[in-house]
Amino acid sequence: MSTEKSEVGEGEERAGDVIVETMSRLMVPFIQLFALYVIIHGAGGPGGGFQGGVIFGASFVLLVIAFGIVNAGDRFPEGANTAFMSLGVYIYAGVGLLCIILSLGAAQFLNYGFIPLTTHFEENRALGMDLVEIGIGITVMAVITSIFFNLAWKREPEEGGGEKE
Amino acid sequence: MIPSLDLVLLFLIVAIAIAAITVRDLLSAIMLLCAYSFLMAMVWVEMHSVDVAFTEAAVGAGASTAFLIAALSRTVRWEKK
Repeated sequence: MSTEKSEVGEGEERAGDVIVETMSRLMVPFIQLFALYVIIHGAGGPGGGFQGGVIFGASFVLLVIAFGIVNAGDRFPEGANTAFMSLGVYIYAGVGLLCIILSLGAAQFLNYGFIPLTTHFEENRALGMDLVEIGIGITVMAVITSIFFNLAWKREPEEGGGEKE
Repeated sequence: MIPSLDLVLLFLIVAIAIAAITVRDLLSAIMLLCAYSFLMAMVWVEMHSVDVAFTEAAVGAGASTAFLIAALSRTVRWEKK
């Protein structure tokens, strides 16, 4: 436990642990696959966009803990995180508004059945629900990763002192 | 629902919660909160609300523990007397 804590904090002078790095590198694709399964399966069972997004973000957190925040943190730039955060919200609101627009004002916000993806009303509803869940998952994944970086990353003193109040 | 399993789980949850607020080592407190969340998820499964249990296991036991450890890495480990 204490080694994990120190690896999060001091990324520069850490010595790479072969077992931890290899195991996390092997496990991360399966965690992400499970997260995608939870997101897609969420319409008809336990799970959903929020839980899948949290699991997807947790896979990035595991990667950062295993490889050190300085090495892995450069792969997740702040601008990309912000872009993903807003992209998910845009997908959610866009699908919701598309229902109103494509039914010419007859359907409510997020009434998925009126998006003409297929010819069946129920299939439209399932596909629209999946699109909205994907949007929620993208936003939650970016927010979880961003919160972890903001908490754990020791930036330069003159820069970090101004940002962290 | 199985009443004896419920009793054991709830007793463990109360014991872990009391231990988490009395322990001096903050890393131990974080790990006890992780165990608390995991047992709470098992209680939700016992109550047949799998969705809440899923959220509790993912957020409470997974993400929240990582956040607290990350916050602990910016401060001292031992609570003052």
